[in-house]
Amino acid sequence: MDFINAIILLLNYIFVPALTYGSQLALGAIFVTLIYGILRFANFATGDMMSFGTMAAILFTWYFQSLGVSLGVLPTALIAIPFAIIFMIFYMLLIDKFVFKYYRNQKSPPVQLAMVSIGVMFVTQAVVRIIIGPSDRRFFDGEKFIIKAGEFKEITGLNEGLAIKSTQILTILVTLILVSTLFWFLNKTKTGKSMKAYSDNEDLALLSGIDPKKIVMITWIIAGILATIGGTLYGLDKSFKPFTYFNNMLPIFAAAIVGGIGNPFGAFLGGYVIAFSEILLTYAYKKFFMYVLPESMEPDGLVQLLSTDYKFAVSFSILVIVLLYRPSGIFKGKVL
Amino acid sequence: MKKNLNVIAAYSIMMGLIILVGIFQSWNIALSIFNLCLISAVMTMGANIQWGYAGLINFGIMGYTALGGLAAVLISVNPVQEAWSVGGSNILFSLFLIIGIVLAVRYVLKKYDKSKLRTYIIATIIITGIILVRFVSEPGIEAIEEVNPAKTGFLGGFGLPIIFSWIVGAVFAGGLAFIIGKVALGLRADYLAIATLLISEIVIAIIKHEDWLTRGVKNVIGLKRPAPYEVDLQQTDWFINLVEKFNFSKLNLIQDFSERQSALNQLVIEGSSIFVKLCYSGLFLVVVIILLILTQKALYSPWGRMMRAIRDNEEAANAMGKNVVKQHLLIFVLGSAIVGIAGAMLVTQDGLFTPGSYRPMRYTFLIWVMVIVGGSGNNFGAILGGFVVWFLWIEAAPIALFVINLTTSGLADTHFLKQHLIESVPYFRFLMMGIGLLLIMRYRPKGILPEKIEIK
Repeated sequence: MDFINAIILLLNYIFVPALTYGSQLALGAIFVTLIYGILRFANFATGDMMSFGTMAAILFTWYFQSLGVSLGVLPTALIAIPFAIIFMIFYMLLIDKFVFKYYRNQKSPPVQLAMVSIGVMFVTQAVVRIIIGPSDRRFFDGEKFIIKAGEFKEITGLNEGLAIKSTQILTILVTLILVSTLFWFLNKTKTGKSMKAYSDNEDLALLSGIDPKKIVMITWIIAGILATIGGTLYGLDKSFKPFTYFNNMLPIFAAAIVGGIGNPFGAFLGGYVIAFSEILLTYAYKKFFMYVLPESMEPDGLVQLLSTDYKFAVSFSILVIVLLYRPSGIFKGKVL
Repeated sequence: MKKNLNVIAAYSIMMGLIILVGIFQSWNIALSIFNLCLISAVMTMGANIQWGYAGLINFGIMGYTALGGLAAVLISVNPVQEAWSVGGSNILFSLFLIIGIVLAVRYVLKKYDKSKLRTYIIATIIITGIILVRFVSEPGIEAIEEVNPAKTGFLGGFGLPIIFSWIVGAVFAGGLAFIIGKVALGLRADYLAIATLLISEIVIAIIKHEDWLTRGVKNVIGLKRPAPYEVDLQQTDWFINLVEKFNFSKLNLIQDFSERQSALNQLVIEGSSIFVKLCYSGLFLVVVIILLILTQKALYSPWGRMMRAIRDNEEAANAMGKNVVKQHLLIFVLGSAIVGIAGAMLVTQDGLFTPGSYRPMRYTFLIWVMVIVGGSGNNFGAILGGFVVWFLWIEAAPIALFVINLTTSGLADTHFLKQHLIESVPYFRFLMMGIGLLLIMRYRPKGILPEKIEIK
């Protein structure tokens, strides 16, 4: 019995939250990796683009709420997402036309494009803060829990409860659907294959008649979808605050590089690698050992490897180690 | 003279703008803008050495700034004797342990060839080392943090004049840059950017949460000043006489003695804060000028030419027998050390150390905007960038307010759009910075004052 309790404890505090957080990071990391693979620059505006998409989703949610439209147990934001995506894609194509296109045609070095993306970051951040303000916003409605900790205890008769929030399941499901569609698109369709070809060797791709304009446009469209959905899911699960989104850029970068930049599947797994290591290393295992070990061996301290304050530091350290020992990432992306 | 006309013109316009602020807003605001412009100028000079001279991208400026600030705390605060007696030995012992770990790892690295076994040995040394350090330091840290937590709760510093911290800050930042450079300089440019950004976040995380060293988010306030205190100045005779002399004609108009006295008092209070700010301006100006002379000399020296050669064509420079790795490391350390000085100057001026205020937007990306806008590779350009961007950063809100009022003058004051816009005035500075950066990068990619290399 104690053993099952211990398992439930880990499920509740480590596995489910890490899976959710990992999914959110994974979407962002695929976004970074796609931009890097096809447009060939590190996009420092990632976090703020996600917050822009989320802002759009929130505005549409408010609009639908004011109309009285709702999905019952599911959050209204789900209806808002498609509209937000269209809005977001429009914004991204606009930015590409007025900002990035010029440097692409000039064949500027990646560093210059990265600098330009910092300009975009400033502008996007300003637009988001001017439109919706810098404060914390919750826009979740509907049923909050699928299983509450108390209910779970009653049903199973265990000491430990397992609480699963509906946003957690929603995040994991949506991520799985989105990512599998994306991989199907990249690997099976003609357009997806031409995108891969363009990312591998631009000149050869041009020679075989692939239209670069179309590739770039599709990349921004996919990026817009990923950014909006990833951002909205994060906002539903936690809350929306522009500053947090800007900060999330850092673990997202870490996930993309750990997975091997330019490799979408690597980025997907990288998100989970980062999320799990952040949570595993900063969790206090005291209770777990209390269940598993006999009473005489119970630990005194919290049995915490690192204090939770160092959550971000964990992912960055992993990144630094990966960069040192395997610069192409765990799953072999482009060689840096 | 004619060659430098644009430099002189740009600087005169900048000075003119600051003087205008002095006339229309107040001299206090103008001087505080000027002081922060000088600090920003020091930071941009550091970033410019790395980016402009050598083409190294460093997004870790925030980390070095914070280390400079930490140096200011560690140098100037008086030591907390009680904390040292309860936990000092543990901390010192852990310090020795860390040095021991580093030495052991170095020994293994030197002694054995690269193999799986070596990696495992190093990993074991590091992991057991960390566990040992935590075991030793934990009771010490707890004891230190319990010593009068509302006021101290940390080890304190050395109780020296804060000016020394400017050098120590440079040493701290340079030391960190040495470690980062050893680790990360082999990476390609955009990865170096990401890696340095993330490492600077780690530095901030440590400074924020190691309360025994820095007091963390509880902040350290009331640091000693190199300049006199306003309160003391207001009591000093020579200062009062000075203010009286300055405003002689104005004061003479007032006939009534008591009224004259109260007007004088008001002037003395205002004058004292201006005087203190002027003291800082003087100190900072000395630093900026010394650094400017040094960096200019370096730029036109054989070493500067070599750096540019490395920047423009690494392989060719390497083929000519220049040690690219070593030079990159050197310039990385030098540039970061300059940023460290700026960090210490900033804390010196504020008189307080607030780890929570170090954010990448303000201390990394804004500095980069300054370098790019001013003109990378040109020291005068970098300094000008610091001035222009900081000036706009501060004055963005009034400018935005003016523009909003102008464009929405047709709307009623209670109109929701106007109210919303006026509420979000502080965020227009981000918009201005972003648009400014994008415009400069597009239409004047070398900055306001582009790099100009004359062959003498």
